[in-house]
Amino acid sequence: MKKIEAIIKPFKLDDLKEAFSGLGIHGMTVTEVKGFGRQKGHKEVYRGAEYVVDFIPKVKVEVVTNDEMVEQIIETIIGAVKTGKIGDGKIFVVPVETVCRIRTGERDKEAI
Amino acid sequence: MKKSVFLSLVTLGLAGLSAAPALAEEPGVAEKVIHLAYSIDTFYFLMSGALVMWMAAGFAMLEAGLVRGKNTVEILTKNVALYSIACIMYMFVGYNIMYGGGPNGFIPGISFWLGADNAVDDVLKSGGEIYYSGMADFFFQVVFVATAMSIVSGAVAERMKLWSFLLFAVVLTGFIYPVEGYWKWGGGFLDGLGFSDFAGSGVVHLCGASAALAGVLLLGARKGKYEGGKVKAIPGANLPLATLGTFILWLGWFGFNGGSELIISNIEESNAVSMVFVNTNMAAAGGLVAALLLSQIWFGKADLTMALNGALAGLVAITAEPLTPTPLIATVVGVIGGLLVVPSIVFLDKARIDDPVGAISVHGVVGIWGLIAVAFTNPDGSLVAQLTGIAVIFAWVFGTSFIVWAILKAVMGIRVSEEEEIEGVDIGECGLEAYPEFTMKK
Repeated sequence: MKKIEAIIKPFKLDDLKEAFSGLGIHGMTVTEVKGFGRQKGHKEVYRGAEYVVDFIPKVKVEVVTNDEMVEQIIETIIGAVKTGKIGDGKIFVVPVETVCRIRTGERDKEAI
Repeated sequence: MKKSVFLSLVTLGLAGLSAAPALAEEPGVAEKVIHLAYSIDTFYFLMSGALVMWMAAGFAMLEAGLVRGKNTVEILTKNVALYSIACIMYMFVGYNIMYGGGPNGFIPGISFWLGADNAVDDVLKSGGEIYYSGMADFFFQVVFVATAMSIVSGAVAERMKLWSFLLFAVVLTGFIYPVEGYWKWGGGFLDGLGFSDFAGSGVVHLCGASAALAGVLLLGARKGKYEGGKVKAIPGANLPLATLGTFILWLGWFGFNGGSELIISNIEESNAVSMVFVNTNMAAAGGLVAALLLSQIWFGKADLTMALNGALAGLVAITAEPLTPTPLIATVVGVIGGLLVVPSIVFLDKARIDDPVGAISVHGVVGIWGLIAVAFTNPDGSLVAQLTGIAVIFAWVFGTSFIVWAILKAVMGIRVSEEEEIEGVDIGECGLEAYPEFTMKK
């Protein structure tokens, strides 16, 4: 099992949700996050003085899936959220040891 | 009960007015007309005062919007407390210093508490010379002193100790403001010189800004405002509140300027009050558009906060003379106010005079412009008298305020600790957070 974490532009969240439901993905966790990558922060002017926005708002989407679905999900995410401009985000794939559904006690594949 | 009495007076009065040529001879009707005019002017005075009181809410919202979230509770506390202190001090001694006469034009007399209101017989005997309630006059005046003090709170926001600020409020509202008020509106020497200030570009706004400037100079800039020799912007937490605050001030200003005509109960005066309303509104509109355009051209973005300051600049500018200009000229007076306030804010920032809400620029720099404009918009205005008034008010308020701030600084300190400033004065001074469910701090 793998957990896929995608850091995306906030306005693309709805597109991604649509694309995921087409894949039959039943659950996801969404968090509002802030950060920067190569895009760095950007400068703004407030009352004539500059200030730097260091951390740009992003959305982190997490889904846990079977190993064989990973590539398909990555493709889907890219297809749904890519704009081609700097700041599109990143995808991280990490191994998951155990999954447990709290209500029933089911484990792993049954619990995903 | 009160309503029905008032309505019957209106009915009787209107009947008397419509049949005036025939009935004016009859003493009963003439008396009722005096009653009626007294009621209308008093009513107008009270409603104008209530509008100006609402400006306290405007300042509170504007300032709460332009400070950071961690300093919201404290700025709100300052605003409600300074308003209340101003009311108490002005009743205790301030009103009497300002309007109680004095041995000469420089030195006001001193007495305490408020006197009794006009007796019915005195009003009737005066034949309408006494035309509104004395208590209404106090109520109208007291909200002006609160406005002057509200100006100070924004400039020293986010770093001043709460109780040092409130002690200063006691001195400004009970002594500093009433003395210069006596010099102009109480019939003192500035009035004798021909200095003209309709509703207080100088007496109220320049006064507040001068006290604020003295405080800011002794207080220093907010931590993080100047780093590595550069000016760093510290954006306000809540621009919807700042916008609401500006609209509330704009509304309250109709009472501030409109009420300062002091009478409305005849055709001529009704027209004058209407002119004041229109000109006040036009100047605000002109100031806003000018500041918005200037910030777009200068900074490349339409800075809302500058636009809001522009509207207030227009209002401050027209306050010294909202009656004699045409609406077009009033708009121009406001436009120039808006064009002055933006570079003034940038300049003060560069000069390391840190004023989070732009109060010194809006009320001080533009207050001076408004007073100078009188010389050009009022045929009776005199540039020399205006400049004298500006110099006297600034010197008096800045000088006395500087001394009071310096004493407070030496005795109890005026600035919170660095740690408290970083954590936010909400927790440090008030033990509360404005938005306890948000966790991100800056």
